[in-house]
Amino acid sequence: MTGPQDDGPGSAIGRRRFLGYVLAAPTLVAAAELAPARAGASAPAGAGALAAPELTELVDLNDLMTAAALPTSNLISVEVRQDGTVAFALPRAEVGQGITTSTAMLIAEELSVPLDRVRVTLADARPELVFNQLTGGSNTTIATYTPIRVAAAVARQRLLTAAAAELGTDAGNLTIEDGVVKDRAGRSVGIGALASKAASTRTERVSVELAPRESFTVIGRPHNRVDALDAVTGRKKFAMDLDVPDAKPAMVCRPPTINGKVGSVANLAQVRAMPGVTDVVTISTGVAVRAETFGQCVDAVRALQVSWRPGTAEGKSDASVLRQLEAAELPMGLRPPTPVVEGKFTFYFRSNSALEPNCAIADVRAGRAEIWSALKSPIVAQQAIAAKLGLPAGKVTVHVTEGGGSFGRKLFFDAALEAAEMSQKIGKPVKLMWHRADDSRQGRTHPMATSRVRVAYLGDTVLSYKQRHTSVSTDLGHGLGEIITALAARLPVGDIGFAQTFFHLSQATSYRFGAVSRLLSETDKGFNTGSMRNVYSPDVTCARELIVDQLAARMGKDPYRFRRDFLQDDRSRAVLAKVAEAGNWGRSMAPGTAQGIAFHAEYKSVSAALVEIDCRPATVDRPIRDGVTGPRVTKVVFAVDVGLAVNPRGLEAQMMGCVMDGIALALTSSLHLRDGHFLEASWDNYFYTRQWNTPPELQVIVMPSTSDQPGGAGELGVAASMAAVACAYGRATGTMPTSFPINHGTLSFTPKPTVPPIPPSPTDGLDHAR
Amino acid sequence: MPEHTFRVNGEQVTVDVAGDVRLLWVLRDILGITGPKYGCGINVCKACTSHLNGKAVNPCAIPVQDLQPTDEVTTIEGLAATVGRDLHPMQQAWLDHDVAQCGYCQPGQIMAAVALVRRVAAEGRSITDADLDGLRNICRCGTYPRIREAIRAGAEDM
Repeated sequence: MTGPQDDGPGSAIGRRRFLGYVLAAPTLVAAAELAPARAGASAPAGAGALAAPELTELVDLNDLMTAAALPTSNLISVEVRQDGTVAFALPRAEVGQGITTSTAMLIAEELSVPLDRVRVTLADARPELVFNQLTGGSNTTIATYTPIRVAAAVARQRLLTAAAAELGTDAGNLTIEDGVVKDRAGRSVGIGALASKAASTRTERVSVELAPRESFTVIGRPHNRVDALDAVTGRKKFAMDLDVPDAKPAMVCRPPTINGKVGSVANLAQVRAMPGVTDVVTISTGVAVRAETFGQCVDAVRALQVSWRPGTAEGKSDASVLRQLEAAELPMGLRPPTPVVEGKFTFYFRSNSALEPNCAIADVRAGRAEIWSALKSPIVAQQAIAAKLGLPAGKVTVHVTEGGGSFGRKLFFDAALEAAEMSQKIGKPVKLMWHRADDSRQGRTHPMATSRVRVAYLGDTVLSYKQRHTSVSTDLGHGLGEIITALAARLPVGDIGFAQTFFHLSQATSYRFGAVSRLLSETDKGFNTGSMRNVYSPDVTCARELIVDQLAARMGKDPYRFRRDFLQDDRSRAVLAKVAEAGNWGRSMAPGTAQGIAFHAEYKSVSAALVEIDCRPATVDRPIRDGVTGPRVTKVVFAVDVGLAVNPRGLEAQMMGCVMDGIALALTSSLHLRDGHFLEASWDNYFYTRQWNTPPELQVIVMPSTSDQPGGAGELGVAASMAAVACAYGRATGTMPTSFPINHGTLSFTPKPTVPPIPPSPTDGLDHAR
Repeated sequence: MPEHTFRVNGEQVTVDVAGDVRLLWVLRDILGITGPKYGCGINVCKACTSHLNGKAVNPCAIPVQDLQPTDEVTTIEGLAATVGRDLHPMQQAWLDHDVAQCGYCQPGQIMAAVALVRRVAAEGRSITDADLDGLRNICRCGTYPRIREAIRAGAEDM
C-alpha cells in the first residue's frame, strides 16, 4: 500500500518516502495505490452481514472479490509515451471544478514536464477501486494528492535510471527540466526517447522520495485550466456532443406530479407516426420517445396522451411539508435558567440543476451494454445498470464523460438508468436527455429543512450551543461510491445512521461555545433529493451565523470582534481578520445598506466572507424582464485557507462560484411545491444568480499555505457566502431573516402547465436578433 | 422531405428535414455542429447563442424554414474566422481571464459577448455595467465576474 516509509522518527525524508510500482508494459508505466486496501477488504464482509435478497441479485461478489484480490488492481498509473507526453486516467469526474488541471499540475511537478504535455482523461468505471471512484465531499485533491505524485515520482526515477545508462553516467548527475533529462556536461535526452527504455518487463515495487514543498515550481502557483482552449472554441465534448453510431435523440414524457407512474397511453400509434419519430416505449419513469432530432422528441412528448397514476408526493405543498417537518422536530429540551438567544429558520426546496441537464448515451445489445455519461459515482451506476438490465456488472462498460456542472446532481445516474432501460427495450442505441422542465420538476432537489438554534450565555461567556436540524430526507443512495454501501444506505436503519453520521462528520465546532450539541432528524422519503453543493452546511451555517449576530448584539459586541474573540484557532481568526481588513469592516454605510460577515470551516479548510448589500427600494425594485432583482449584493470579499492551495487560480474560481451560489440560496433561488409538483420549469422561474445579481466588486483572497497537505475546496465557499449575505440583509433591514430564500413568499412568474410536461419550442427567434 | 439551404461558418449547407425543426437541432443532430449547447430549449438560458448575419440569436427558437439561402449562421466553431485568426479576441480574453469552469455555457457566453460589443460599438459608446447586467446567459458555475472582466478586455481588442 501507499504509505510513508519509516526512515526514523521525525525524518523529513521519511515523511516524503513512499512505495510505488513500475508496471510491466511496452512503455514506461509507473503506478501507486490510490488508497489503503481497507476498503476492498470490508466489502465482502459488509455484504455477508446484510444478506438482503436484493444484494445477492445486484452484486456479483465473486467479480468484486477477485478484482479486489489482484495485488495491483487498485493502482492509478502514469504513462510516459514515446512522443514525450505523459498520460493519466483520473478515476474522478471533472464537472468544472478544475481537477484535471490540478492533477496535471501534480504530475508536471514531480516529473518536471511542461503542463501542456500532461494528458489527463477520466477513467471508465473501475469496480476494483471499490470506494475510490466517488467524486464528492470536496475530497478529490485530499485523496489523490499523494498517490498521483508517488506514481509520477516513480516514473521520474525510472527515467533518470534509463537516461544514466543511455548517457553512460550516474543517475545522481542528472536532472529533468521541461521534459528533458540533462547531465552536467550539457548532454540531454528527452523523456519520449526514454519511454520504452525505461519500461519494465515485470511489475516491480519500488521506493521513491517526493519533491519537498520548498522545491515546488508548479504546485502552489496559479495556472489556467488545461481544457480552456477546448471550452472557448466549442471543441470540449460533453455526453450529448459524442458521436456514437445510431445513438439518436431520446426524451421522456414525464408525469405531472413527482414520481407519478404511467397508467396507459391513448395515442401510441399516432405519435409513432409523427415526423422523425423512430420509437415510443413505456419505461419505469414515463413514456420514452426516440427521434431523428431532439426537436422532434419535444413535439412527440407534447403530443402523447398519457393517463398517469399518483406519485410519491401527491397533494403535498410547501405548507404541508413544513407541518411534517414540525412534527419530526426533535425537542430542544428545557430552557436553561440563564439568558438565551433562540431562532428557528426555514429553508425551502432548491434545485442543484446543472446547465447540462441529466443525460446519457446507452447502447445495450444482447449480453453487453455501453454507457456514456458524466457520473460522479460510476461504480454504483455500473452495478445498478447491470442489475436493471439483468447483466453481470462486468458486461456493462461505463465511460465517464466531462460534465457540464454538477453541484451534487451527477452523484446520481437517473438519466443513465433510463437510457439503458430504453435502449434495451427498443434494441437500439439512444442519446437520452432531460428537458429543462423535467430537470426542475422531476430532478433532484436539496431537501426542505428547518434549523433551530438555542445558545445559553452568561456575561461574556457562552455556556452552550444547541442546534436541531430537521430535513426532508436526503438521498445518500449513491453511498460512498460502491454498491454495497449504497444498498445499506437504502435500508431504513442504515440510512438514518448514514445521514446522521454524514451530518456529524461535516459540521465542525468553530467557536468556543461551551457544550455543543447538533442533531439531524429526517422525514419523508417521497422526494427526489440529493446532496447539493456543500450539503447541510449552507443552511446549518446560515442559521448559526445569524444567531451569532444576535448573540453579539446581546453582549454589546461588534459582529466581527465577537467572532474573532470566540473562534478557536489562529487559522480561523486569520481568514476572518483578512476579510475584515480587506473589506474595510465597520465602514459607514447609507441607511438600507449594510455589511455582513460570516465564517465556515470544513474539508480541512477555513473560510470567511464579508458582504455588502443594498436593500434600498430603488435597487430592490429595479426592472429586469422575467427576472428577480431584489436586494443586490454590491461587494464580496472572501478569504480562504485550504492548507496547501495546489492551483490558486482554480481555487479562486471555485470560491467565486460558491459566492454566486450563496447569494442565490440566501436571496432568490428556490422551488415552490404545490399539489404534488414543483412549479418551476425554466431558468426564468428558478432564479439562480444572473448577471444582474452579480456583485460588481468581488475579491477572493487565497491565504498563504499553512500546511503541506491540501484541504477540500469545491464546495467550501457556499456556507460562509450564504450566511454573510443573510447577516448583511438582517443588518441592512433591521430584521433578522428567518425564511430562505428571502423572496420565496413572492411567486415571481406564471407557472407553466404540467400537461404536456414540457413547454413548446418557440418560433420567434428571428424577432429577437440583436 | 423539404430541403433547406443556408450558410454555416462560411459554407453553404442543404439539409433535408421538416421545416419546423429548430435550427439548434439541425446544427447539432444533423450537421454535427455541437458548440451551441442545449440548456432550456425555450430561449431563456442562452447556451445556444450563435450569430445570424452577425447578430446574436438563439437557434432553439428558429424554425429552419425561416432561413434564406444567403443567411450566414456563425457558431462558436466559426467565430475566429470572422476576424481571420486562430482565435477571436474575445476567445483570447476568455483564455487570459481563465473564465471557463465546466465550460458548457461558454460558447454561448462568448457569442453573446461579441454581439454585445458590436452593438455597443455601433451605438458609438463603450460597455457599461448596465450592459453587462443585461446579459441573460446563465452560468451555473457562477463565472459571472470573470465574464465581465473578459468582455471588457476583449472589447479593447476587437
